[in-house]
This record gives sequence, structure tokens and C-alpha cells, in this order.
Amino acid sequence: MWDYSEKVKDRFLNPRNVGEVEEPDGVGEVGSLACGDALRLTFKLDDEGRIAEAKFKTFGCGSAIASASALTEMITGMTLEEAEKITNQDIAEYLGGLPKEKMHCSVMGREALEDAIAHYRGEESPRAEGTIVCECFGVTDLEIERAVRENDLHTVEEVTDYTKAGGGCERCHEQIEEIIRQIQGGEAPVPAAPAPKRLTNIEKIRLIEETLEREIRPSLRMDGGDIELVDVDGDRVLVRLQGTCSGCKSAEITLRDYVQARLRELVVPELSVEEV
Amino acid sequence: MTKVTALPKTAAPVEPAGTDAASGSAPEVSSGEFREPLIYMDYNATTQVAPEVIEEMLPYLRDYYGNPSSMYGFAARVGKKVQEARERVASLVGAHPDEIIFISCGTEGDNTALSSALASYPGRHAVVTTRVEHPAIKNAAERLGKQGRRVVFLPVDRQGRLDLDQVAESLAEDVAVLSVMWANNETGTVFPVERIGALAAEAGVMFHTDAVQAVGKIPIDLSAVPIDMLTLSGHKLHAPKGVGALYVRRGTRFAPFMVGGHQERGRRGGTENVAGIVALGKACELAERRLGEERERVRVLRDRLERELLARIPGTLVNGDVENRLPNTTSLSFEYVEGESILLMLNEHGICASSGSACTSGSLEPSHVLRAMGVPFTAAHGSVRFSLGVYNTDAEVDLVVEKLPPIIARLRELSPFWTPETAAACTRASADAS
Repeated sequence: MWDYSEKVKDRFLNPRNVGEVEEPDGVGEVGSLACGDALRLTFKLDDEGRIAEAKFKTFGCGSAIASASALTEMITGMTLEEAEKITNQDIAEYLGGLPKEKMHCSVMGREALEDAIAHYRGEESPRAEGTIVCECFGVTDLEIERAVRENDLHTVEEVTDYTKAGGGCERCHEQIEEIIRQIQGGEAPVPAAPAPKRLTNIEKIRLIEETLEREIRPSLRMDGGDIELVDVDGDRVLVRLQGTCSGCKSAEITLRDYVQARLRELVVPELSVEEV
Repeated sequence: MTKVTALPKTAAPVEPAGTDAASGSAPEVSSGEFREPLIYMDYNATTQVAPEVIEEMLPYLRDYYGNPSSMYGFAARVGKKVQEARERVASLVGAHPDEIIFISCGTEGDNTALSSALASYPGRHAVVTTRVEHPAIKNAAERLGKQGRRVVFLPVDRQGRLDLDQVAESLAEDVAVLSVMWANNETGTVFPVERIGALAAEAGVMFHTDAVQAVGKIPIDLSAVPIDMLTLSGHKLHAPKGVGALYVRRGTRFAPFMVGGHQERGRRGGTENVAGIVALGKACELAERRLGEERERVRVLRDRLERELLARIPGTLVNGDVENRLPNTTSLSFEYVEGESILLMLNEHGICASSGSACTSGSLEPSHVLRAMGVPFTAAHGSVRFSLGVYNTDAEVDLVVEKLPPIIARLRELSPFWTPETAAACTRASADAS
């Protein structure tokens, strides 16, 4: 169970300002049913341009409801210029902190506020710009950059906690790493696969030997089999299967779909593997 | 070799009194992070250790600490008790005692089954399982996929059922093992393992079933069902956490997962968790006696809970195959609300349940089981699983039936998706269903 602060529990069980302001001046909507949380914020200004009334509706977990309640409490009485300065950290602090996995709830509050102010000013949502990085949760590079800057984030996991980006299929993790690197500096991550280059014969043979030793033999040995490198002739890799692999009916499939596939991936794509 | 003698009888502690104390009431709980009285309806997550089980295991923590492998009578006594536990576990599932291997948890059993099958059939590189397995199978299979194995995840329909023709088609020559859970932990859906096992036998493929949720809840007779390996876990049937068993049918090829000493006849290294094993044995004996109660009294409680909640809360869906379901489980989805909020509000009344919502899992996506079943997002995030057990009472069901409808109503008022239109649609759908 999450370790929620007393104030989060209170604002979840007794949220303030639930509902919708009649004839609102500003409306902000973020999130969706599919994403698992959503917030609709409405506010009305008084004659002096201060937020006279702010209300919310939230679909989401305890901390999402509490964050929305906190937001409406904080902005009531503020001018839009003052309200604009509120960060997600401010919302979290108002609540006495949020579990790190739930920080995205405070970010959702800040985003709804931005949208509502933009709506009042007749501007487009500031988040309409930027390109989607995380397709699972529809998070843009600009949103990630902002979260990294404002909250001094250093890892993909932190970015996921704050924005949800990277929390689904995980395919965007490298892009997120790159954004963090650009902002926080530091060494570029070692690329997963080195750029293809022409190998000398000796380099090629050495790489084949290494790959067999490190990647392929341990896996075959798990099944009681083994493999021995006999020769390398141009791009032909000649091997001998041993142990349970020798004479096994599936040996051909193992050679083609596993041994050859891994060697092509990790050495050069032109290789073909043959049993001798 | 030196002759060893048993300790004098006087040194042996006395048997604890009241070993078979009358059951039926929930064990007392000390006050903690939760409200009392505690209404525990999350038996699929874990269960209370039965008082009888605690009594049975305590002497093996306190007094009989001998290592069953040692060569003296003090230890032999422990070994005999482990053997008795093995017989009790075997009896509950209709197996021979020598087909039971004690393990540490359900996850170990599931991992062992997959790796054993692959190691025993070196020419076979594929694993077939389903999209709704427990993470102990799902993630183990996914890892095998990353290591270059061919892994098939069979789809399920909207009720969470498998297409048996598809199962048969999936059993190609390169398949080392088929693993299909006996009953699903989230929805309670029971799979036709007898027919699935027959298909596997026909194709000459080893069949494993994760029966962690089924054992103790429904009758299981392995002498009559074609199953090669079966996993069960102690803490789901009133034994403590940290003990389980893997059934391996006589004559089935087996390769150990943990290697070490000769324990479990060389099939699972590591000094026996004696107290846990003794507890599991007792829990299985109790479960065998209580199977009838589980099937009747618990089912009646579950059915009433489900029926009354459906009648009182519009926009409620039942997830899973209600025709083939564990007697204790109901998975309900309340549209347009989010599961963690429901659980937090239930917690205010001391009610313990689970949800397939994203927020409760710590992940950001709702349960893979509900997604595999195609439960719409309007409902997947708002799912709540109640899983009942022998300690639940009518009064507890009454309380949940009283407390939950206002909670859902309140959360819907908070929800931006709850509009007059969605409300009317939910009411209409509920009226059609009843």
C-alpha cells in the first residue's frame, strides 16, 4: 500500500472544490480513461482578475484526487500571473509530499492549470506543441524536458514517475535517456550495437569466437549441448555441434534461427553458419 | 561408522495441546495500519495461517530443530514429519507422496517447471502458455523468449476462455512444455485442464499447470487427470508464506532448478523449510476436510455479494467465465471510476480487496489479464476483486453490500466521465441484464 501523507488522505477522503464552475472563464482538461487518470479544471475570475472560484473533477487514484483538490485550494485568490508560477513540486509540497511513483498526479494538476489559463487567453494548449516521445501515454518531448528541468530528474525511472512516459512498452527509453543527457549533461550512453564497419578477417574471427563463447555456448549448454568453431571461410562460419545438440532433430533450426541469427546480429549481417 | 542413538524420550518436548482446535472463527488480529474490525476478502492474495497450522508447526521451530538429513534419532523424527507432510499434500491432490517436491513458493514451482521441461527435451525450444498467466509464468516465459526460445502466448476471449482448437494447433513438434493455469487469480476463471492435458498428451508435449489458486478451493485428483507437473503454494491455503510444492508425475523427465544437496531426492537442493513444510501438510489436511464448506458456504456468500452489488450499483460488469469459476472469487468492474480510489475508501471501513487497476500495481497499465480479455478501459481501471474464504461471514458480506454502493456513487460524482448520458446508459444496461 502507498505511504500517503495525512494531508493526501484527508484531501482524498474530503476533497475541496469538487464539481464544475458555472459559466467558467477557463477550462483545462488532461488525461483520458485509457490512461487511467483524467482531470477537468474550471475557474472563474473576479473583477480584479483574481481566481474567485476553482473546481475540479477527477478520474483517478487517491493521489490524483488529492492533487486536484490541492491545486484548486492553492489557486483560489491568485491572479493568473501568480497561478502560472505554480509547479508540480508546489502541489506535492502543499500535500506534504507524494510517493515518487505518484508524482505524475501533481504534474497532471499543473498541466490542467496551464491548459485552463491558455483557454482563458484564447491560446492553444502549451502542450499541443512538441513531438510525442511516449506513444503509450501520449507524452511529448517538451513535457519530458520540462519535468526533467523542474524536478532535476536523472533517470528514465524518475521520468516515468513524473510524466508516465516510458511506463508502457518501454520502446521510448533511449529517447528519454537522450533528453535527460541533453539537459543534465554527462556522457552519451554507450550505443547498444556499434556502428557497422568493415572488419578485417582477424577481427571478424575474433568477434565470432567471442560471440560464441559469451552468447551462444552458455545457452546451448543449458540444454546439455555445445558448439565448436571449426573454421571461418570468408563469410561462411563452419561449426561442429556437440553434446545433446549433435544428431538432434532440431539442430538445423537451432543453427539457423539462433546461432546464425545471433552471429549476424552481433558480428556482420552477411554470415552464414554451416555444420561440418 | 559410529552408531547413533536417539535422544532419550524425556528430552523430547510434549505435544502441544489443542492441536485440532475447533475452527470457524477468524484469528484475532492486533491493531496496525488498518481499521478494525478487519473484513478480509482478499484470499486470492494470501490467507491467514490457520490456528491449527500454527500449532502444528511451532514445535518444529522451537524444539525439533534437527536437520532431516542428519544421522540421529532427533533428526529422524523431523524427517518422518516431513514425510507425513508429503503424504498429506499428496492426498489433497490425489498424488503419490514421491511425486511431491517441496519448494519455497509458487513462483519457484512455475520457473522450475518451464526450465525443467526445456532442459529435459534439449531438441525442443518452444514454450506455449496463455496471455492470462500469473507473472511467475508470464515473465519467466518472456525471459525465455528474450533468450532465443520460441514462446507462444495463447489469446483468450472476452470471458477469459481459451479456444481448445487453438491450443491443439499450437502444440508443434518443437514445443517442450505447455503451461496453462488451473484457475485465474484475478477472475477465478477455471480452465478445462483435463481436456487441455489430454491434448498435450496426444501431441506428446509435457503439460504443466499453475494450480496455486485452485488447490484447496476445488477438488483436484491428479490420478485421474493427465497432468505432468503442477504448482501449489502454501500461503493461499492457510499455511505460511515461503513454502509450496511442485507435483511431478512419476516417470516425467525432470531437471532441477536449484542444485545443491540431495534433499528432495536430488530434485531440489537446499535444507528443507521444515516448519513451513509441516505447516503446508497440516493446511492440506485441513483443506481436504474443508473442501465441501469452501464449495458450498463460501460460494453462497460470494454469490450473494455479487448479486447484491450488481443490483445496487448500475454500470457494474462481472469479469471472467461465470459458468466455470472458483467458488470464492468475483471480479467486478465499476465503470468510470478508478480501482485504487475504491480500495482506499473500502480501507476506511476495514475492507480488504484487490484491484486490477494500474495505480494499485505500481505499474502504469491495468492488469494484463483484463486487457487480454478485451475489457474496455472504462471498466478495466475500475475493477475490484473480492476473494472470500472460510473465515468470512454473512455479516461481513452485508457490510460490504452496505458500504460499497455509496463509495462508487461518490467517486462517480468526482469523475469527469460520469455525465447524465453515461449514467443513463449504465442504468439501462443494468436493467437489461437483470
